[in-house]
Amino acid sequence: MRVNFTVNGRPQQADDVWEGESLLYVLRERMGLPGSKNACEQGECGSCTVRLDGVPVCACLVAAGQVEGREVVTVEGLAEAKGRAAGPVDSQTGEGTALSPVQQAFIDAGAVQCGFCTPGLLVAADEMLERNPDPSDADIREALSGNLCRCTGYEKIMDAVRLAAARQGEAV
Amino acid sequence: MDFLRPACWEEALAAKAEHPTAVPIAGGTDVMVEINFDHRRPEYLLDLNRVGDLYEWEVGEDSVRLGASVSYTTIMENLRAELPGLALASHTVASPQIRNRGGVGGNLGTASPAGDAHPALLAAGAEVEVQSAGRGTRRIPVDDFYTGVKRNALAADELIRAVHIKKADGPQQFSKVGTRNAMVIAVCAFGLALHPGSRTVRTGIGSAAPTPVRAEAAEEFLNAALEEGGFWDNGRIVPPSVAKRFAELCSGACNPIDDVRGTASYRRHAVGVMARRTLTWTWESYRGTAARTEGVA
Repeated sequence: MRVNFTVNGRPQQADDVWEGESLLYVLRERMGLPGSKNACEQGECGSCTVRLDGVPVCACLVAAGQVEGREVVTVEGLAEAKGRAAGPVDSQTGEGTALSPVQQAFIDAGAVQCGFCTPGLLVAADEMLERNPDPSDADIREALSGNLCRCTGYEKIMDAVRLAAARQGEAV
Repeated sequence: MDFLRPACWEEALAAKAEHPTAVPIAGGTDVMVEINFDHRRPEYLLDLNRVGDLYEWEVGEDSVRLGASVSYTTIMENLRAELPGLALASHTVASPQIRNRGGVGGNLGTASPAGDAHPALLAAGAEVEVQSAGRGTRRIPVDDFYTGVKRNALAADELIRAVHIKKADGPQQFSKVGTRNAMVIAVCAFGLALHPGSRTVRTGIGSAAPTPVRAEAAEEFLNAALEEGGFWDNGRIVPPSVAKRFAELCSGACNPIDDVRGTASYRRHAVGVMARRTLTWTWESYRGTAARTEGVA
């Protein structure tokens, strides 16, 4: 089966897709985008979170055929969409692209330990900050409730999202 | 495996008639888990994401017609006033990512006794609108819809199109037991709706019997006790003895099993506790409303 869809703003085509294949598999194994992580394959962990037509979803639970003609944004697309490049950008690797505010905040707050849950958290947090620029702690917890982290105990992640929100507020 | 992609409802019905073994997939939050884990290899997947009608809802005079694919997120954001019990239940479903994809049609299709929407549908009163290409539309009362563990009253050529849910005419509550607030499959769940219009109380129990069930004996007892004491009119508190008996009868309506999430006896106990609590919460809310109305008059 062939699937045509847009990934991080670029039209893409995947061929020989198995009918039961997930969007996550297509992204990782066919598009060379391993940012979205494969862990539980049952929607429990959120490490494969991507945006489908703007909405955060678990890529492992979307059948590849269901994304035909639709738009997907992965963690790889965050920097490009929201980072401000300081110098020349390599269009293939994205090297040289500045990180998006939420990515930078995760680094600055020390919210990344093993890093496996980070891509999913970044996509979920970025989407929440778009909808809700001034989130309460309860709002952050709820928005990230579908993303498991087994290293940090979430405190640094909370700090990072608060930091990203504060910086976003200052920038306006 | 074949992936069928109907562009509209008629095409979906035609595809289901032609391939009765086709497994409908909408949000994918149940079906994809089974495929990912190799628990299921359907011959055909019938994708319903392109069928736009299924994402629409309509608020009528007495009921809401909820398209089968309307997401839990949409229900929480748009139908809290009309369907408070279902909105509360929707909020307990998994996580934002899952609530963005999953909907009531899928919950009914899967018909798991642990599906979060079921207690709310049973308590509010609902009918499931199903259709086949050959025999047209029929509406199945939700009480008759669940026929066994993960079994429902759908025929092989039928698809779920919508659910007609009675608009709330009084306070509704939903309660669920689990190990944390997010990402929990219910150990057990309980929905309760007061219907001041008909002076009845309806219930729904999840995850404590082979199918979602109502606690009918408990409802009858409570309806009689409230009527006898004139409680709907005088707005007095429900006597503790009545609440206690109601809770016992709700526990008695369970037919649970021991499994990894909890024991049968725990489930029976917890359903009783939730029954008493949800009755107290809704009744307090009803009394508050009644008091305000009196004040205005």
